[in-house]
Amino acid sequence: MAIETISMPHLGESVTEASIAVWLVKEGDYVNKYDPIAEAVSDKVTTEIPSNFSGTVKDILIDVDTDVDIGTPMMTIETDGTEEATVGNQEVTEEASNQVNTNEGERTEEFMQHINEEIDKEAEKGTVELDTSPGNTPTTERSLTDDSQKARYSPAVVRIAQERGIDLNQVKGTGKHGRITRKDVQNVDISAQKAEATPSPVQTEPTPEPISKDASKPSPASTMGETEVVAADGIRRAIAKKMVQSTTEIPHAWLTVEADVSTIVKLRNELKDGFKAKEGVSLSYFPFFVKAVVQAIKKHPIMNTSWDNGNIVYHKDINVSIAVATDDHLFVPVIHGADNYSISGLSKEINHLAQLARSGKLESKHIKGGTITVNNTGSFGSIQSMGIINHPQAAILQVESINKRFVPTEDGGFKVADMVNLCLSIDHRIIDGLQAGRFLKEVKENLARFVDESALY
Amino acid sequence: MTMMTYLEAINKGIEEEMTRDEKVVIFGEDVGGVKGGVFGVTKGLAEKFGDDRCFNTPLTEGQIGGLAVGLGVVGYRAIGEFQFADYILPAVNQLISEASRMRYRTKGDWTAPIVYRTPYGGGVRGGLYHSQSTEKILFGQPGLRIVTPSSPYDAKGLIKAAIRSDDPVLFYEHKRLYRLLKADVPEEDYVVPLDKANVVRQGDDITVIGYGMVLNHALKAAEQLSKEGIEAEVVDVRSLYPLDKETLVEAAKKTGKVLLVTEDNKEGSIMSEIAAIIAEEALFYLDSPIKRLAGPDSPSMPYAISLEREFLVDEEKVLNAMRELAEF
Repeated sequence: MAIETISMPHLGESVTEASIAVWLVKEGDYVNKYDPIAEAVSDKVTTEIPSNFSGTVKDILIDVDTDVDIGTPMMTIETDGTEEATVGNQEVTEEASNQVNTNEGERTEEFMQHINEEIDKEAEKGTVELDTSPGNTPTTERSLTDDSQKARYSPAVVRIAQERGIDLNQVKGTGKHGRITRKDVQNVDISAQKAEATPSPVQTEPTPEPISKDASKPSPASTMGETEVVAADGIRRAIAKKMVQSTTEIPHAWLTVEADVSTIVKLRNELKDGFKAKEGVSLSYFPFFVKAVVQAIKKHPIMNTSWDNGNIVYHKDINVSIAVATDDHLFVPVIHGADNYSISGLSKEINHLAQLARSGKLESKHIKGGTITVNNTGSFGSIQSMGIINHPQAAILQVESINKRFVPTEDGGFKVADMVNLCLSIDHRIIDGLQAGRFLKEVKENLARFVDESALY
Repeated sequence: MTMMTYLEAINKGIEEEMTRDEKVVIFGEDVGGVKGGVFGVTKGLAEKFGDDRCFNTPLTEGQIGGLAVGLGVVGYRAIGEFQFADYILPAVNQLISEASRMRYRTKGDWTAPIVYRTPYGGGVRGGLYHSQSTEKILFGQPGLRIVTPSSPYDAKGLIKAAIRSDDPVLFYEHKRLYRLLKADVPEEDYVVPLDKANVVRQGDDITVIGYGMVLNHALKAAEQLSKEGIEAEVVDVRSLYPLDKETLVEAAKKTGKVLLVTEDNKEGSIMSEIAAIIAEEALFYLDSPIKRLAGPDSPSMPYAISLEREFLVDEEKVLNAMRELAEF
C-alpha cells in the first residue's frame, strides 16, 4: 500500500497549463491503471487523462475549470502495492480522444480541419518557450587549463597569421579548449606582440620560419651584380631570428679587461699529459675560465639574471651556455648546474657537449635553460670582440686568445706573461658598468688562484 | 501598411497580380469556390475573378502540372496549387521534363510562365503526407527556379515576382508560418527579387543560414544570444535554386563560422549544396567546420507528437547549435 500522486500530464509542445473539465472519478472510487480519471483542457483540445496506477482515489486536489501548471499534483491515489509506479507522467497526445485516420494520406475534411487547427494552435501559442536558466543550458564547461586545441589552426587563422606576420605561439586562444579563433588573430596588435615577445630560453632551437619565395620582391642583393641566392636552413634562420631579437631587445654595453693567466698556462703544461691519460679528455684552458666565472657569479648574482617585462629574474641555478662552432653553425649547449663541477668535471662536460654538437646529436635538453654564456672566441685567434648576449640572459663573456706579452714588473723591469682579454657584454637594463667591472675583477682574481693540481678537482 | 499574416500576404499578392493581368489564372484541389483552398490561401479569388480564373481540379497532380504548362505556352500566367508539397510527386514529370525544359528545348521560342505553389514543412501534426520538405527532390534542375518566403513581406513580394516571371517558379510556402507570422506589409505594388538571399540580421560572431520555420527559430535564438554577447548574422536563403552564391559566400566569409539549418533530412538537403559552395569559395575564411543542423535521416516526419518533436529542429536545438559554434 502506498499513496501515489497523479500530476497534470504534459499535453503537448509548449503547453504550460491546463485545467480539468470533468472529473471522471470521485474520492473513494477504485480505478485500474490506464482508466480515464479526468478530462483535461488545454487550448482547444480536450484530453482524457489516464490513471498511472491501480488503486483507490484518495484526494482530488484541484477544482474543475481552474488553470494549473503542467506537473501540478491533481489527485492522490492509494495503490494496492502490487505494481511498480510508472515513471513520471504519461504523455498524452491531443489526439487520444480525437481519433483521426491519417492512413494513406486521406484527405478528409476532418483531417484538413485538424491540420488547420494545429496551425492556428501554433500561431496562438507563438513559438516554443525556451528555458534558458543556467541549469538548462547544455554548454560544455570550459576548462581553463585545457589547451588541447591551442595548436589546431583553422584555415582562416593560418591565412591571417601569414598575411599579418603573426607568431601564433604568442597568441592567446579564446576558443574552446584554447583554440585560437579568427577573431583572436584579427585582434592581435602586431607591434605589441613584437615588443612583448616572451623570452624563449634557447637561441639554437631550430624553429623553421617560412622562407620567402616571393620573387617579385626586390632583394637587397639584386643591385650587387651577379648573385646566387641560397635559402638559409632552419638552424641558420633560428640563429638569425635569435640574433635580431637579442640586438633589438637588449641594450648592450661592453667592457674589456686583460688578465694575466701565466699560472694557468704553466699549470696546464705540467698537467695536460697526465690528465689526458687519467681522465681520457684533453685539458684545455676553457674550463678554468668557466670555473672562474661561476665562482664570480656566486659573489655577483646580478650577472645571472634575465630582464622580464620590468622585472629582474635572478636565476638560482648557474647554467653556463658555451659556444661550439661547427663549419656551418654555431651551437650553444648548456652546462647545467655549472657550480657543481670541478675543473676536471667541466672539462669532461664541455668535451661531451662539443662532441654532441659536432655529431649533430644535441637534444633540446642540452640547449635549454642557459643563464649566462662564456664564449671561447680565443680558439679562433680573436683578441677582441663584442659579443651578442644570448637572449634572455644578461651577460656574455668572451674569452679571447692567450698571447705572450711583455708586461711591466713591480720592480720596474719587464717580464713575459701570458695575457688574455676578457670581453664582457652586459644587458644595460639590468647591469651597470660598476657591477660589471667588479665582476670582471673577481674573475681575474679567481683565475690567479689556479696554481696547483688540487685546483683541478 | 496593413498588418497581415504570411497567408494573407500571399493571398493579397495573387489578388493584386490577377487584378493587374487578366491572363493570370489559378487552380488546384479545392482552390476555387467559396472554400479557397485547404488553408484558405485562395479565399475570395473565385468570387472576385470568377470561376474561369480560379477553379478546382480533380485530385490529379500530374494534370495540375501539365495544365499549367499548356496554359503557359499559349500565353496565360498559370498558378497551379499542389495541396501539399508531399503530393507533388505525381507531377514531377511535368515539372522537370516539360515546364523546366520549355525555354531550352524551343531555343527560347516558348516559355512556361508558371507558378507552382505548394505548402511544405512540419510541426502541424500532419504525419508523413502533410509535413515533408520535398524541395530537395526538385532542387538542382536548371530551368526550374525554387523560392520560399519566410516573412509576410517577402511572401507578398515574392509571389508577385514569381507570377511575373516568364519561366516556371516553384513557390514553397511553409504551412506553419501561414498564421504564425503577422507583420506590416505595404499595400503598394512591390516585388522581391527571385534570385537573392536576404541578410535578415547582422552579426559578426557566427553566420546562420536557413529558410522557413527554422529561420524564425534562428532569429529568436539570435536575440537570446545577443544578451550573452554573441552576435549572429542570419541569412534567409529565400532563393533555393539557383542559390544566391554571392550573398551566401559573403555571409560565410564575414564570420568564418557557419551553421546551416534545415528541417529537412540532414543528408542531401539544400544545405548540403550550400555547404559545398562555401567550402569551395570561402575555405581560407573559415574558422570552424561548416555545421549543419537538420532533421534525422529517417524516412519522414512521424505522426506521434513525441516523435514529431524529436524530428523537428526547434528553437532550442538551434540556440544550442549556435552557442556551441560561437564557443568553438
